[in-house]
Order: sequence, then structure tokens, then C-alpha cells
Amino acid sequence: MFSKKIPSVCDQILRQSKNYGQNIVKNSIHSTAVIHQSVPEGRTKCTLIPGDGVGPELVYSVQEVFKAANVPVDFEPFFFSEVNPTMSAPLETVADSIARNGICLKGVLSTPDYSHTGELQTLNMKLRKALDLYANVVHVKSLPGVKVRHSNVDCVIIREQTEGEYSALEHECVPGVVECLKIVTAEKSRRIAKFAFDYATKNNRKKVTAVHKANIMKLGDGLFLNSCKEMAKLYPKIQFEQMIVDNCTMQIVSNPHQFDVMVMPNLYGNIVDNLASGLVGGAGVVAGASWSPECVVFEPGARHTYSEAVGKNVANPTAMLLCSTKMLSHVNLQYYGDMIRNAVNRVLKAGKVRTKDRSLCLLNSSSIDISKGSSVSRFAGLSSSS
Amino acid sequence: MGHSGCVPLEWETVDVTPVRGPDGKFGIPQAAIDSVNKNKVGLKGPLMTPVGKGHRSLNLALRKEFNLYANVRPCRSLEGYPTLYDDVDVVTIRENTEGEYSGIEHEIVDGVVQSIKLITEEASSRVAEFAFEYAKTNNRSKVTAVHKANIMRMSDGLFLRCCRDAAEKFPEVKFEEKYLDTVCLNMVQDPTQYDVLVMPNLYGDILSDMCAGLVGGLGLTPSGNIGLNGALFESVHGTAPDIAGKDLANPTALLLSAVMMLRHLDLNTHADVIQKAALDTIKEGKYRTGDLGGKAKCSEFTNEICSKVAAA
Repeated sequence: MFSKKIPSVCDQILRQSKNYGQNIVKNSIHSTAVIHQSVPEGRTKCTLIPGDGVGPELVYSVQEVFKAANVPVDFEPFFFSEVNPTMSAPLETVADSIARNGICLKGVLSTPDYSHTGELQTLNMKLRKALDLYANVVHVKSLPGVKVRHSNVDCVIIREQTEGEYSALEHECVPGVVECLKIVTAEKSRRIAKFAFDYATKNNRKKVTAVHKANIMKLGDGLFLNSCKEMAKLYPKIQFEQMIVDNCTMQIVSNPHQFDVMVMPNLYGNIVDNLASGLVGGAGVVAGASWSPECVVFEPGARHTYSEAVGKNVANPTAMLLCSTKMLSHVNLQYYGDMIRNAVNRVLKAGKVRTKDRSLCLLNSSSIDISKGSSVSRFAGLSSSS
Repeated sequence: MGHSGCVPLEWETVDVTPVRGPDGKFGIPQAAIDSVNKNKVGLKGPLMTPVGKGHRSLNLALRKEFNLYANVRPCRSLEGYPTLYDDVDVVTIRENTEGEYSGIEHEIVDGVVQSIKLITEEASSRVAEFAFEYAKTNNRSKVTAVHKANIMRMSDGLFLRCCRDAAEKFPEVKFEEKYLDTVCLNMVQDPTQYDVLVMPNLYGDILSDMCAGLVGGLGLTPSGNIGLNGALFESVHGTAPDIAGKDLANPTALLLSAVMMLRHLDLNTHADVIQKAALDTIKEGKYRTGDLGGKAKCSEFTNEICSKVAAA
């Protein structure tokens, strides 16, 4: 099923990982103890939701790499899907597992345009609600070796994802007239604003930009903006700015370097996440995470199932691998996280192994599809660079 | 424009400086409204809505008065002014009367606000059919409906259904449906895969500005508003008070908007001549305004275009 391609990718990354390990040992010969100290005893459990589309293929890649790098993490996999409801694990079971483990690695769930039961909430929304995954964080950063139009992009998009336009409150007043409610509350606006400023403080970021449309939605977005302004006063060391969402999208495609941390309501977050991901190489290369007060779900930053590529072994596992490295850092398995991130970066940089042409696919550019012919030169290239 | 005599068009200039209406609020003078109602077409420079109470947005008032239901924004990479994107050629068509900008909002209890996004079959069908009509008359091959019906299943679902219905009436134009996030992701990577895009109010507001960002900003992109009682063409950039009166501004957006107006009036030959003259002037680069990295004054840029028009 998975031809030789993915395993060979994993081989590649494994070799890189080993090199990385050796280099560390070589370079830090006086302090090898440090390495061992940073590897805790025992094993960590992580909930795994492969998702729809190419999700299972990408997750397979992560599992292979984890195996190769001897990562002390055991996955608790669940088939969880809105488009295959009869085979899907129940929401409660999955939510319980995530709550218990505190971490989850999740592929992208496909959200159909309609539900057989006439339900307005998507499975994603239900999961977010069940676990209160209120803050979505996507760090968009240019990757080495990924050829795109923009360079040196480095911004963090923080998105409120439990209310706003994604409230699933809609009704048809009379035939042909539909009203859809966007809910904004002071409580959740303050909570996400605080999260953004805390994130900026913790990660040595200088500026938080609130993105809104308060000139038109004076009450709704006005409440969001005011909550951000209030919160900004409590963080005098962090610069605060505000920007109207249409201007923000215009700015981010022409001059993305002006942005640092950005905080915004649900729908705008979805838009800016995708724009920014597009700037650095697409849905296949950007990792993200959704935070609740108790647990973190690591998932790709731009959520596309890429279902037209299922079974073709052409999808780019970079985003998923980077998600896994974030997860490892989060549970204090920094050593493994760094090892895998380094390996991924070196594979990207070497550029000998790439996924398909961007015009052909959504998850594009850099990648990990190996043709046998080029592998010799690839390794030659690598050994000379290391 | 020294040669506007060639174009069979007479200008009727109106002042839109707000006047106090019977309700005590400042608004557009009746004379301006009458003029557009009579002529059915208008060209408008940027307007500044004064900040403070008692002033209604003039743009909003015009939109209401003339039932301007579709905002059309062609967006094209300009030769001679390179950005990171040299392959943009899209037209965004935005529903302009309802959606997220319905203006219906209230605070239910302290700290809980609900804003209503209103989608009606009437307005959705109207803009969808306009998009296909536009694609057909302007030799465009494809219309993409941009939506989020996977999240807003009823409202965006209704919009999408209206687009599908309209598509059936125009079998010669290709039709596709794309999620808003997918369009965002793909547009910044490969804009060539899109042609005409039709969408509800907010998405259109965002995407039209974003596309302008790809090709150099609002100073270069024209805009047209199509309505039931007339059409209004305008530049959508700001009023730039800092350079006002200095003969430094770039007239491209307004000029291209005027070209759109000529096409709307079926004066295609004149439109082609003026558009070519303007684009050639930018391409040659001898007379470029400061925002495009040149040193020319607005009048020098304009004169060059006029001489090109005269030579055509």
C-alpha cells in the first residue's frame, strides 16, 4: 500500500536524526551527560487522530520517524471522522483520551457542507467545545530550502476558536432568508487576549496586533477590540497595535515582516492562517496547536484534507512532523523534538527530496518523495555538508 | 483630460460635501443624489467620512441610495511595476448589501453580543447572476463561488445554492466552488488558478483588498459598484491628505475605474485606448508617480497618457 516511498523518506530522516545525535556527541564531548539528563525515564502517552484525506499517510510517516528515532511515546490511535460517522469513535471516548493524556496529535478532519441529521455543528467544533480548545496558535515561519515568493516570514497567529462566526446558530426566518449569528463575549475575548499577551511574553515577542472589523461590526468586533485594548494595558512591555482585517490581509501578502504576534476572532483567524501558510509553502509545511487550559491538540496550521491525493503517496508530511516535534517539546522530550526538527530542516535544505510540484497539489513544494536515482547523490550531498 | 472630447461623455460635477439633513444628521446633498439618479452612472473619487457622531458614512449612504448590490474589483499585475506576484489577473465580485455587514447587532446581556449575518436568496441570486453575466460579457472563462458552507451550513449554503442555480443558466462559463480558506491558501501561491470570484460581503471585502495587495495596493486597482438604480465607479484608496494639492498623487485607480465605467456604457473602443495608454505609461516608466518609485508629477503622468491617447 505504502510503496517504498514513505519508508525511504523515513530512512532519510532517520539517517539525519542519527547524524544529528552523533554530531551532538562529537561537539559536546565534555558534556555528554547533558544529553542523557534531557531524556526522561518512562514513556509518554499521546492520543492520535489520523483524520481524513491524506491524514493517515502523514501520521504513518510520523510513526515511522518516531520508531526510527526511538522516541519514548506511545500513541493511542482513534479513527475519528465526520464523513465516516459509522466507523468513527464516539466523541466522548476521544475527548476522554485527550483529557487523560493531555496531548494529542491530530490530522485534519473533513467537514462536509451538510449533515444527514441536519446538524449545524461540525465534529471539529464539537471536539473543541468538549475540551474547551479555545486558543489556536500557528507559528508561520519560512523554512529552509522551500522555494516561495516571500522570505524571512516569522509571525504567530492566535485565533479564538470557540465562538464568533463558528457558533452554529443559524435559522431560516422565512423561505429564502437565513440569519446566522456571530457571538462575541467579553469573557472569551478577554481570555484569548490574555493568552496572546502571555504567549508574547513567554516567547520574547515584541508586539501583539489585534485584527478586527470593528468599524463595521461596532458591537461584536468592538467588544473583541476593547477586550484586547484593556488587556494590553496590563502588559506595558509588549507593544500593542490594531488593524482592520481587510487591511491586514493586504499587508500580510505585501509586507509580512511587519507582523509579530496577531490575535483575532475565529473566522479572521481561519483566513489569516491560510494566507500566511500560503506565503511559506502551503498547508503541507505549517504546524499549529489548539490549547485548552488543560490539554493541547497539535494539528496542521492550515487545515486541508487534500483528499484528491489519498493513496498516491505525494502528500507532504512536513507539517505533521513539525506538529510532532512541537508535541515532543511540550512534554519535555526536547531532545527528540530537536532531533526530528533538525532532520526535517536538513532534508528540506538539501532539497534532494521534494514532494510534487506546487501547481499539482495543495500540500506542495518541498518534500519527501524519493526516486532511487537521486538518492546516491543526495547522500553524497549530505555527507559533504555535515 | 485634454482629450476627453473624443469620448462621447459629458461630465456633471457634483459636490458631495455633507449637508445637514432634515433629521439633523449630515449626509449627501440631494443634488448629488438627483444627478446620479438622472444619469444612472457616476465616477467618484475617495471620500473621507469625518470621525465623530452625527456623520453617516457617505459611502454607505450612496450604496443604499442606489442599491449598489455588487462590487466589482478587477485586479491585475501591472507590467513595469513588479511585485512578488506578476501573474495576477482576477476579478472579485462581492455582494454588497447584506451578509456580515447587515448592521444588525445587539448586546443580549452584559458582555454577550450577537451580530447577525443575513443571507437572502434574492440578493444571493442577484449577485451570482451578475457574476456570470460579467464573466460572459468580459470574456472570462470561469466563475468561482467562494464560501464557507462547511461551517455556516445554512447561510453560506443558501448562497452556494444560488450560485449553482445561476451556473446552470450560463453553461458556457465554467463554475467551481471553493472554500474561503482554500482560496486564501492558493491565491498567495498560485493566483493563476482563479478568474472571476463571487462571494458574500465580508469575504469579498477581505479578498478584494488582499488581491490588491498582491499587485501593489489600492492605488492601482479600480472598482465598480453595480446597482439597481445606477452604477458608481470609484477608487477605493484613502484620501491621502498629506499629499493633497501637491500634484503628486497617482491617478491610476481612478483612471482605470473610469475605464471600467466606459465599458459599462459599452464604449469599449475608448476604454481600450485609455487603458492601453495608462498601462503603457506605467510600463515605460519614464513618467511614474512617487508611489511607483518614479519622480513624475500627477500632471506629467496624465499628460503622457493624454499624448498616447491622442496618438492612438
